[in-house]
Amino acid sequence: MEHESLAGRIFRGAALTLILVFFMFPIVWILLMSFQTNEQILRIPPRILFEPTLANYEALISGQLRTAAGNLEITFMRNLWNSFVLSSGAVVLALLLGVPAAYAFARFKFRLGETIAFTLLSFRFAPPLLVLLPLSLYYQELGLNDTYVGIVWVYQLIALPLILWIVRGYFEDISPDIEHAYRLAGHSWSEAFTRIAVPLAGPGIAAAGLLSFIFCWNNFIFALILASADKQPVTVGALAFVTASGIQYGQIAAAIVLSVTPTLLLALYAQRYLVEGLSLGAVKG
Amino acid sequence: MAGLEIKSVSKTFGTVRTADSLSLSVEPGEIVAVFGPSGGGKTVLLRMIAGMFEPDEGDILIGGRSIVGAAPERRSIGMAFQNFALFPHMTARDNIASGLRKKRGADAAARVQTISRLLKIEHVLGHVPRELSNGQKQRTALARALVGNPEVLLLDDPLRNVDAKLRYEMRLELPNLLRRGEAAVLYVTQDYREAMAIADRIAVLTAGRFEQVASPEEIYARPASVAVARLFGDPSINLAEIVPFVEHGTVFATISGARVLLGAADALPGDRPYWLGVRPEDLGISLLGGGDAMPARVLAITPMHEKVVLLLRLEDGKEWLASLRPDALKLAAEDSVFVRFAQEAVQLFDRETGLRVSLSHRRQAA
Repeated sequence: MEHESLAGRIFRGAALTLILVFFMFPIVWILLMSFQTNEQILRIPPRILFEPTLANYEALISGQLRTAAGNLEITFMRNLWNSFVLSSGAVVLALLLGVPAAYAFARFKFRLGETIAFTLLSFRFAPPLLVLLPLSLYYQELGLNDTYVGIVWVYQLIALPLILWIVRGYFEDISPDIEHAYRLAGHSWSEAFTRIAVPLAGPGIAAAGLLSFIFCWNNFIFALILASADKQPVTVGALAFVTASGIQYGQIAAAIVLSVTPTLLLALYAQRYLVEGLSLGAVKG
Repeated sequence: MAGLEIKSVSKTFGTVRTADSLSLSVEPGEIVAVFGPSGGGKTVLLRMIAGMFEPDEGDILIGGRSIVGAAPERRSIGMAFQNFALFPHMTARDNIASGLRKKRGADAAARVQTISRLLKIEHVLGHVPRELSNGQKQRTALARALVGNPEVLLLDDPLRNVDAKLRYEMRLELPNLLRRGEAAVLYVTQDYREAMAIADRIAVLTAGRFEQVASPEEIYARPASVAVARLFGDPSINLAEIVPFVEHGTVFATISGARVLLGAADALPGDRPYWLGVRPEDLGISLLGGGDAMPARVLAITPMHEKVVLLLRLEDGKEWLASLRPDALKLAAEDSVFVRFAQEAVQLFDRETGLRVSLSHRRQAA
């Protein structure tokens, strides 16, 4: 690095700036938009300098949207809460199911084991629309349409394979001898699982949980079809800003900022785990 | 009553018979080393005893009761692993205490303290494994295996991953440590010196079978087969293919053109092929020929401080090794020398079966 020529340094700086601008500009623009009124946003040419307003956030939090066509009830805070309930519910369920399953796939060779594991992963390949139509018919029959349980269940298609495959890699990295040693010391199979395997796979489990939380949070299509306004997460709820009197850009921007913030904070907090988790246990300790 | 009894245990993986009707019994307080080349089935045997897999046939008894099918935690076994297998998220103290039924309380603390004092790791009890040196990790793993006073102790090549100095120290310390708790100890190793230094008896395991189970002295002096003779000794035993013949009531063999006296003839069949083995330290080297001395040329000299190892080429082109005291002879490469050995130093093995043929009685050993 020290021996880099001046030209090299300049080129590197320029390239980094270009990439940073490319990826960061939309986010910064959204952030700026969220503090502007619709009129300010639609001005041509747009301006960087403006008089900031908190009106968008006020409207979202109070649930009252004033448009040219009159007052409109919006349920954004409810949507945010729904997103939280659905995503964490889905992740908790997927962890309860996926971690023991991942352990079984990692430790035991059984008939059709690989086939089952791959089938679970293949849920991630299938386009969601393919399953949604039949699924919504089933859900109507079963009374699961527009229920938290129904959506948490369908979110397992997102969360479970992810957790299963990431955590499996972590379990495979733990030397079986460590568990044998614990069992020989007089502990049962389940104690070896809960006291040795799970703590040692902890970073992987955390990363997998976080990733599936983010994927669930960002999901749009499942909730769009299977949930009504009452149970909708923010991703679907944002559609409410496309009103009869026009698109409420300011509120959309504020809604995006509010809905991105929790996952962003989570990701920043667990950055280290995320990188480790995404390398699927390739970095051995 | 035997602490550990292994009765005709067999195990097959795919088409490979990794354990072929193994039988062995270890008394409480006895240390038996299981020694053999890698892939000989040593680890499989240990793992069957520990309950990581079950034997296909046969029975394993600890303290007189069968443990086949019992869960590992119900077997009263302490085990030290080659890769230590410490719990990385626990301190050394908790690692050791995990070997106790009752982990808390004054009694548990006292036992952890006692065993760590014996193993000289008291000062690192608060550390987690990644803060320990390899030697300390290995001592922690041993402490964990020993602390619960198990009926059977299994040690899977515990000194493999520690440096030479520590290995030497541990060879001296281990026998006393292991005998403390009156456990039946099975010690797996790939190093014959370690086996000889630590064990009361050595079980030589090759290709899933015990070739010989005997005391270290017995195995070195009277190996049951040519395979065992080859495994023990550094430098390894010199072997010559011979067909003995009888003249005037005496058995001779020709090695490299020289006629070697083997002993008085009686039951030894004359025309069968044998291996003749002589340990390198039993060879005498001199500059003077005559008698039954074999002429040879020195190819290389390796000084090893307490001894000098010579690589020799006999006249028939075979290479032999001789091990001498360093002050015995001043030699250089390409020197011509004469090789002799005493009649008592000769070991004979049937060339077809590989089994030892006793020279004193001239009967095939059982």
